[in-house]
Amino acid sequence: MNIDFVGLYNYWVVIFLMMVGFYTVIAYDNLVKKVVGLNIFQTAVFMMYISASKVDGGSVPIYSESIELYSNPLPHVLILTAIVVGVAITALALALIIRIKEAYGTINEDDIIRMDLEEDARRDKL
Amino acid sequence: MTEHLPALQVIIPLLLAPVVFLFNHARLAWILSVLVSWVGLLISLSLLFAVNDGEVIRYEFGGWEAPYGIAYKVDRLNALVLLIVSAMAAVIFPFSWQAIQKEIPPSLHVIFYTALLLCLSGLLGMAITGDAFNLFVFIEISSLSTYTLISLGKDRRALTAAFQYLIMGTIGGTFILIGVGLLYILTGTLNMADLALRIGEYEAQESRTLQAAFAFLVVGIGLKLAMFPLHLWLPGAYANAPSVVSAFLAATATKVAVYALLRFLFTVFGADYTYDGMHIDYLFIPLALISILFASIVAIFQRGLKRMLAYSSVAQIGYMLLGIGLANESGLTAATLHLFNHALMKGALFLVVAMIFFRTGGTSMRYITGLGKEMPWTMAAFVVAGLSLIGVPLTVGFISKWYLILASIERGWWPITIVVLIGSLIAVVYIWRVVEAAYFKPRPENMPPVKEAPAGMLILTWILVAANIYFGVNASFTAGIAGAVAAELLGGGV
Repeated sequence: MNIDFVGLYNYWVVIFLMMVGFYTVIAYDNLVKKVVGLNIFQTAVFMMYISASKVDGGSVPIYSESIELYSNPLPHVLILTAIVVGVAITALALALIIRIKEAYGTINEDDIIRMDLEEDARRDKL
Repeated sequence: MTEHLPALQVIIPLLLAPVVFLFNHARLAWILSVLVSWVGLLISLSLLFAVNDGEVIRYEFGGWEAPYGIAYKVDRLNALVLLIVSAMAAVIFPFSWQAIQKEIPPSLHVIFYTALLLCLSGLLGMAITGDAFNLFVFIEISSLSTYTLISLGKDRRALTAAFQYLIMGTIGGTFILIGVGLLYILTGTLNMADLALRIGEYEAQESRTLQAAFAFLVVGIGLKLAMFPLHLWLPGAYANAPSVVSAFLAATATKVAVYALLRFLFTVFGADYTYDGMHIDYLFIPLALISILFASIVAIFQRGLKRMLAYSSVAQIGYMLLGIGLANESGLTAATLHLFNHALMKGALFLVVAMIFFRTGGTSMRYITGLGKEMPWTMAAFVVAGLSLIGVPLTVGFISKWYLILASIERGWWPITIVVLIGSLIAVVYIWRVVEAAYFKPRPENMPPVKEAPAGMLILTWILVAANIYFGVNASFTAGIAGAVAAELLGGGV
């Protein structure tokens, strides 16, 4: 096992961010914090794509006589699409949170689950 | 014109969605959506007949050659899934107009049809694309519109269900993105056919990157198709969404996700790598058996009809995974057949639920009691579709289970045969609960009188019910396609 740990630091950042985001999504009850965690999680994936596209000593991918070695531009384009998807998801999630706040008066997941259970208990009595 | 059919299949609903939104007229939106769904059905039928003899249609967007540009590819499996999606849309879209009158406020009807069209084009795009990244984009198009559609439900729980699905669906989507990224890092290509070629040539099949990509893709797609421990979003989503939306999603969304799984496992990674390299059967068979037993038993104890059918969907997905896990031609035939057959029965059952809601205003057991006399045609549709869900001979459910049992006997694993049969018996129990309440108990005194559902809704539901019986009696068409698909998948053909 001869892996260049320091030279791969951006991948360590990717893994760190991914775990931080994932943990936030799972561990927090606040719905807004969940969305923030989801964003961090997605950002980690964007970094993974961009890191992979870098070519050692490569220049920006511009068509020019003087440039012979250049980084791969395709992952950037892909990630641009993924970022747009991420923005749409965040917007929709926040819109849903506003509606949840209007309907339940809270954005805490535990409280929402408790309110639903109480409602079930009331319906059973009917 | 005909050479552009693969593109038109996806583009027509995609372009009509903003048009419908801009016109901002609910009835017009409905009429346009219905027309789109019928045109889509014609296109997918003509695609199916074009590829039925084993031919493969390839369509290159903008004339860019395949490994560089985005290509659409239609073979028998694609065509079958396209047919499932567009046939369900062609029945459910006309049905939707009356159903949403009581479930969605009028100001949101236009948005409902916009989201429905986007969802349709996302699902069709997933089923037709031959590009791995394009698949991710279509998954997100269909998912985003699905979250919107679920949140239109009447109860406030629809909001939390939509949010929960959004969180889990996005994690699933991002896992798929990671998997596709790792494949790209490894091979430098995104075209599925090209990926298959390069992964096949790739010397180190033990490569960690390939294994990681495989794992991320299976888990990511597993979240989308509600594979057993990842199914938590499904009951809430189906139970709280408007009934038509539940019908459309139950009949199409998970089916297309199963298709994506088949495509990655067999076309991109290849059957050898999937079974001999990664031993996917060790994962799928236990999960499938647990989900068949667990989800079926949970379904018995549900108060609401929609939640019961949702849990039954989780169990039915178990049958499909079991077919994949059994790793022989009969197993894959069963999985492919069940895509089509389950769409027919769950579509019909959820449409019945929509009619019950339309007339009674609720779908819990309380509302169903004594309905057999008041809504005879509606409940008769439920009984026939329910028999199909159980797997009674002469219905489509029997055909899929027959192939599944055949596959388990071929492998010599008779305990699996027994589990499949027990699963059917449990289905008898939860279907019987509804039948007993509807036919053998009097209508409660305090419930208002109800009428039979409108003729238009009944006719559309009975079309699906009739299909349940027709393809159960005359299975040669569907079984022929499914058998050919299974042989193709195991042969590793692209």
